Amino acid sequence: MSWFEKLKQGLTKTRNVINDKVDALLSFTKTIDEELYEELEEILITSDVGVNTTMKIIEQLRKKVKENRVDDPAKVKELLKQIIADILDNESESVIPKSIPAVYIVVGVNGVGKTTSIGKMAHYLKQKGYKVMLAAADTFRAAAIDQLEVWARRSGVDIIKHQEGADPAAVVFDAIQAAKARKVDILICDTAGRLHNKKNLMEELRKINRIIEREYQEAYKRTFLVLDATTGQNALNQAKEFMNVANVNGLILTKLDGTAKGGVVISIANELNIPVTMIGVGEGIDDLQEFNPKEFADAIL
Amino acid sequence: MAFEGLTSKLQETFKKLRGKGKLTEKDVKDAMREVKLALLEADVNYKVVKDFISSVSERVVGAEVMESLTPAQQVIKIVNDELIKLMGSTESKLRHSNTPPTVIMLVGLQGAGKTTMAAKLALHLKKHNKKPLLVAADVYRPAAIKQLQILGNQIDVPVFSLGDKVNPVDIAKAGIESAKKQERDYVIIDTAGRLHIDEELMQELKNIKEEVNPTEILLVVDAMTGQDAVNVAEHFNNNLNITGVILTKLDGDTRGGAAISVKAVTNTPIKFVGTGEKLNDFEIFYPDRMASRILGMGDILSLIEKA
Ligand SMILES: Nc1nc2c(ncn2[C@@H]2O[C@H](COP(=O)(O)OP(=O)(O)OP(=O)(O)O)[C@@H](O)[C@H]2O)c(=O)[nH]1
Ligand SMILES: Nc1nc2c(ncn2[C@@H]2O[C@H](COP(=O)(O)OP(=O)(O)OP(=O)(O)O)[C@@H](O)[C@H]2O)c(=O)[nH]1
Ligand SMILES: [Mg+2]
Ligand SMILES: [Mg+2]
Repeated sequence: MSWFEKLKQGLTKTRNVINDKVDALLSFTKTIDEELYEELEEILITSDVGVNTTMKIIEQLRKKVKENRVDDPAKVKELLKQIIADILDNESESVIPKSIPAVYIVVGVNGVGKTTSIGKMAHYLKQKGYKVMLAAADTFRAAAIDQLEVWARRSGVDIIKHQEGADPAAVVFDAIQAAKARKVDILICDTAGRLHNKKNLMEELRKINRIIEREYQEAYKRTFLVLDATTGQNALNQAKEFMNVANVNGLILTKLDGTAKGGVVISIANELNIPVTMIGVGEGIDDLQEFNPKEFADAIL
Repeated sequence: MAFEGLTSKLQETFKKLRGKGKLTEKDVKDAMREVKLALLEADVNYKVVKDFISSVSERVVGAEVMESLTPAQQVIKIVNDELIKLMGSTESKLRHSNTPPTVIMLVGLQGAGKTTMAAKLALHLKKHNKKPLLVAADVYRPAAIKQLQILGNQIDVPVFSLGDKVNPVDIAKAGIESAKKQERDYVIIDTAGRLHIDEELMQELKNIKEEVNPTEILLVVDAMTGQDAVNVAEHFNNNLNITGVILTKLDGDTRGGAAISVKAVTNTPIKFVGTGEKLNDFEIFYPDRMASRILGMGDILSLIEKA
């Protein structure tokens, strides 16, 4: 199944509802008037795009409608999709590393889907022919290590772990040495869920980063922030705060198989310029897909 | 910060309003637009906001501006009062069954905080001299059972499990039998996270409910949830007739508008909140605190209240 089909399958219900809404709206409306803009505004806000970004998008839409002298309400939808896709289309980069060895660190608040996404990503990258290793640097959450181990087994990759309660930076240190010794292409580090407003926990991430900088200079490094599509405007704060302690350069948007649209990534792309790299569309090992802005805009509008 | 936003905007709106007469319809309309935006920014669902605003407007139009308050403060006070009314006034205590054990079932989306909350509830009950039993009915998530066992161990509460090869309905049933034998007076069932639109897994919850007839079915909701909270709550409630809500992760900086959305669609009490990863990070839900959090104005409100 292609990315789009999978996403569409996940989003069918929402998609139908929204599509019906937009289409019904557009077929009823004979002219492009205030009411039309208001309804489109509602659709964006109920997708978690947020008030500010929604206003900006609607402003742009008005301008484009004027510039292009659009007088057919049906064309408005196409324009809106284009605007959204353009916002999302900022130097998005594939999850495939630019060079090897590579080290990926995966961060985010509690329960968003970090460990699961790592399991799926390991499988995905292994299928592309890379030798992958996992580092169980969430030593805090009950059974987090066991959970990652199950995923390592499922995807058939090695895992480096310590005891629960161990120093996460020490796990990462060991994992780097093991990755070098075993000539691993991509090392993926799981980290404990942490709320972005907890100073000490955020400091711990810095420490992990310092270990990587020091011990694995030659590696191509990326930091993925995992966001739950169900999350509202708080995701913006999450992105800002994680950017402060780590060089976040890709988003993984999970749980898009539900009815939440994850529209807040549009705000994040708009305000912070972090591209979405992958999306999670289920709990199975194949339910992680590369992100495509056009198809995303299509699927949510 | 958010407080300053709303208050100063309201003050701006009311700048032209001199004297202390009554608020006119036009004044209120402008003010309500600001309130609406603030609630949307706090993730309250769009439709819920619309309904809320129209009912609040009625109260605000013609309201006397009290001598001690500016019109802006007056509006905020009314909005705050109405929010509290919307979210509260119901008992937030746990119900209990007259024929023990009392069965509590936790349900919700993936990652909401059910397993952690199961252990927190057990600890809460234990502190009140009850004897809870935790039942591990999540057979899907990798290491879910182990997670509950570790947490149970931390608080010295037994965990009933039949591994992950047995149907959750049978696990729940056997768990209750086991509680009776061990004379445990509360049973807390941890279920797997699932999507509200996953009919198959929703059926499984219905089957558990049918089989064990829980006294409480509590929907665990992440306080960071956005607009979709209404869909989630509606589906879980339609399928299971939930008896209450628990909000988790309130130790974050989310405004937590989902609380209003969930309350509005389920009309069941929000009973408890999770305020951290540790097992005693657990509190009773206070509607007034939640209201000021959503409006983003903690201390200022207490000043207005005194006025
Ligand atoms: N429906 C759905 N569920 C998902 C998806 N990704 C993860 N999950 C589920 O979300 C829950 C939490 O996932 P985890 O991978 O444990 O999340 P985490 O971020 O590692 O959590 P912590 O380590 O506790 O902070 C699990 O039940 C996963 O199966 C997804 O794309 N769709
Ligand atoms: N900061 C904070 N984290 C919490 C709170 N409650 C739970 N968590 C964390 O959120 C993550 C998910 O919690 P779980 O209890 O595993 O959630 P769950 O609903 O059982 O997840 P699934 O079984 O995968 O559906 C874990 O990292 C918990 O430590 C809370 O109140 N505050
Ligand atoms: Mg994890
Ligand atoms: Mg669980």
